[in-house]
Amino acid sequence: MAEPVIDIRGLSLAYERDGHRNVILEGLDLAVGRGEFVVIVGESGVGKSTVLRVLIGLARPSSGTVRLDTRPGCRTPMALVFQDARLLPWRRVVANVAFGLEGSGLSRTQRIAKAREMLALVGLSDYADRWPHQLSGGQRQRVAIARALAVDPDVLLMDEPFSALDSLTREGLQDELQRIQGETGKTILFVTHDIDEAVTLADRVVVLAGSPGRVAADMAIDVTRPRRRRDGALLDAARQLRAELSGRSAEL
Amino acid sequence: MTRFASTSLAAAGLLAFLIFWEAMPRLGLINPAFLPPPSTIPPAFLKEIRIGVWWEAVAASLSHYIAGLAAGAGAGIALGLLVGMSHIAEAATAWIVRLLRPIPGLAWVPFAIIWFGVQPEAAVFIIAIGVFWIVFFATQGAVRSVDRDLIEVAQAFGFRSGWSRLTKIVLPAATPGILVGVRTALGQAWMAVVAAEIFGVHGVGARMMQASSLLSTDIVVVYMLTMAGLYGLFDTGFVALQGWLLRWRP
Repeated sequence: MAEPVIDIRGLSLAYERDGHRNVILEGLDLAVGRGEFVVIVGESGVGKSTVLRVLIGLARPSSGTVRLDTRPGCRTPMALVFQDARLLPWRRVVANVAFGLEGSGLSRTQRIAKAREMLALVGLSDYADRWPHQLSGGQRQRVAIARALAVDPDVLLMDEPFSALDSLTREGLQDELQRIQGETGKTILFVTHDIDEAVTLADRVVVLAGSPGRVAADMAIDVTRPRRRRDGALLDAARQLRAELSGRSAEL
Repeated sequence: MTRFASTSLAAAGLLAFLIFWEAMPRLGLINPAFLPPPSTIPPAFLKEIRIGVWWEAVAASLSHYIAGLAAGAGAGIALGLLVGMSHIAEAATAWIVRLLRPIPGLAWVPFAIIWFGVQPEAAVFIIAIGVFWIVFFATQGAVRSVDRDLIEVAQAFGFRSGWSRLTKIVLPAATPGILVGVRTALGQAWMAVVAAEIFGVHGVGARMMQASSLLSTDIVVVYMLTMAGLYGLFDTGFVALQGWLLRWRP
């Protein structure tokens, strides 16, 4: 692996409610190399999203360390794409994309120019002046990706970003995301419960399983890009992961 | 019913109402001094304009209205945002609100006169109090129902201070609810204008009281209709502004 840009050691997260201690994660170790596309896959409730929420600062871990090796001068080490696009409905598309750049010291003109550049990257240049409610679900999610990329993060975090979309749109966006990663060379940490999506996208798939969740398997997908869906090697990898996941749930 | 049919019916209804109103005093069923027939209203209106009283009264009332509305809505929005965003502020003010809220705006008249005299400031004060509570509660409610998910978006992009949470998410998200409160206040404030001026502060209300003491009921009606017209004007203008501010909504 290349030098890790994120190095998570012994991450645990638990909270108390009604006198019960709920442990979401315990002793999780995970390193992500620069430029790597890592997909975390696991059943719902296993704490996949929690990992991302800890990284972006929306959740506080009970213990463990997260070491970041960001580029010097990087203002925003990470940006998150949520499962639902969460655009701000009162801002036009271009202003939504520019959102994260406010307070960065860029002038308004520079922010808008950067936002337009990102919209072009996700293929929505013609939609800059629309309101979010005028977009389809897939378009909204592209805007959310552009918004995250606009701040030029070291790592792009994506929390089941395509799970609410129909399968055709989803496959289109998966291809799009691979193209974008090819163009930008971004490090991506992507969470999903969809095994086919995981093998299609990932350089490396990390299986999170158990309760509390920990890393149950870590598998490299050595298939060159651009990848064809239903590629034999990808299907093999998916089969192996399914076995891994079902074996794990049988154990529990 | 078609649009044309309903418009014609509405016009016919209004016409029938005016004919009935005209007939009652003309047929001697009601003393014209108690209820002036509508045909006497336009001449009375023109006379009020000619002697310059109408403009003066309307200008005075409008200045009270606008100042009271601005002060009451401004304070209501500011405190509503504070109490809506801060649990400490909410807890600290809970009983004060419960104590002061039930006091009707007009119950402040004695203090308004003691503090400000029979002056425009007294009218502004009474108007502002009524407006304040409406806008305060509307704002507080709107802030509480702001989507938590959007606040998380701001946090995820590094906007973590209370101020940036307010300006980037809470205020724009709460604007629809705040505007509903302000529109309600727009109507409430007109009532307060008349009430405040009936105590003698120069304006439409004072002119009405003066006219009624001389049994010039036609002039009273002129100002009643003036207020209906002005309120309609303000409400229409506000709805247009609201539509523009909320043009982002589906």
